[in-house]
Amino acid sequence: MTDLPLYEVFVRSKRGLNHVHVGSLRAADDETALRHARDLYTRRNEGVSIWVVRSDHIAATSPDEKDPFFAPSADKVYRHPTFYAIPGDVPHM
Amino acid sequence: MSPERATEHPAAAAAAEPGNAYEALNEGDDPRWAYGTGFADPLAGVDTRVPSGVDAADLAGYCLMLGDDALVMSHRLQEWCTRAPELEEEVALANIALDLLGQARLLLSRAGAAEGAGRDEDALAYLRDPGGFRNVRLVEAENGDFGHAMARLLVFAAWRLALLDRLAGSRDPVLAAVAAKGVKEVAYHRDYAAGWVVRLGDGTAYSRERMAAGLAAVWPLVPELFARHEVEARLAAAGVAADPAGLRAEFDQVLDQVLTAATLARPPERPGPVRAAGRAGEHTPALATLLAELQSVARAHPGAAW
Repeated sequence: MTDLPLYEVFVRSKRGLNHVHVGSLRAADDETALRHARDLYTRRNEGVSIWVVRSDHIAATSPDEKDPFFAPSADKVYRHPTFYAIPGDVPHM
Repeated sequence: MSPERATEHPAAAAAAEPGNAYEALNEGDDPRWAYGTGFADPLAGVDTRVPSGVDAADLAGYCLMLGDDALVMSHRLQEWCTRAPELEEEVALANIALDLLGQARLLLSRAGAAEGAGRDEDALAYLRDPGGFRNVRLVEAENGDFGHAMARLLVFAAWRLALLDRLAGSRDPVLAAVAAKGVKEVAYHRDYAAGWVVRLGDGTAYSRERMAAGLAAVWPLVPELFARHEVEARLAAAGVAADPAGLRAEFDQVLDQVLTAATLARPPERPGPVRAAGRAGEHTPALATLLAELQSVARAHPGAAW
């Protein structure tokens, strides 16, 4: 079992606009991973769409790179569009 | 209010009060839990009276047949809990068992209502003796290995999907609603079992041998699925039931397709007429053993609530 590849599972909920990472599982192939994800992560009526991707196909930043990657954006408040009011009927902001 | 929310739920009632905790969990307009919402009542808005010209006793008997199939099959699948080869498969089997249990509850409730003797789903599930059960013998046979489980599930789901497909047009609105809900569930069950039959049949020499053995063990119970009980015949003529004999062609087509992909041969069938034994209440000792477990708590504590 543990020698099967690890998959990451992303579920889009009924209300959600994007797929959200919900967990991981092991499966022999993509199709089995989708079925397991359906059985393990959407039992309580959570989802309308599932993505699975093999964990080793995800390129990720390393914790060591956190400062060089993210610290430079911490002081640039002018990048945030905070100087105008968002109309009340604009959704998903 | 959308049709999905037409039924009252404790959470819905509570959320109507100001300052209720349910509201805080909820960003939108659905007065239920934030994640996993919109639970549907399959019988919302359905006319539950017995249709005119339909014999109520026959309808009750027919609902028992389909309900008992689901209840007993569900129990055999539940027996896989803690015994499945992998955790993911165990959850998958439990999910399928719960789908069937849901169908059984609706059908037994319908049977009790049509019978009109005051028996509810619990009374019918827990207080009948084996001779009162109307399920086919396929579902009561004892569990074997995983190959056997997948062979039985494939046969059961292919047959039941063909049945429910036709029942979705039943003259009884409740049967039609239950069937419409069940079609989506059983389509997944059939797909799941077919995937495993192909994977094991077209797998290693050993998995192939075990899969073929499972199929051979299940196959003698196949002809009974298409035998017609007199209740089924009368209700099929009345436009309420699906004629079991009419399901064979679709069943054969599906099984041939799966078995070809699995490189497995269809087991031989003994020719000659087959009686609807299970539908008449004639069962194997396996059902009595199963019911002894299924009914033990309810019979030890009559009327208890939990």
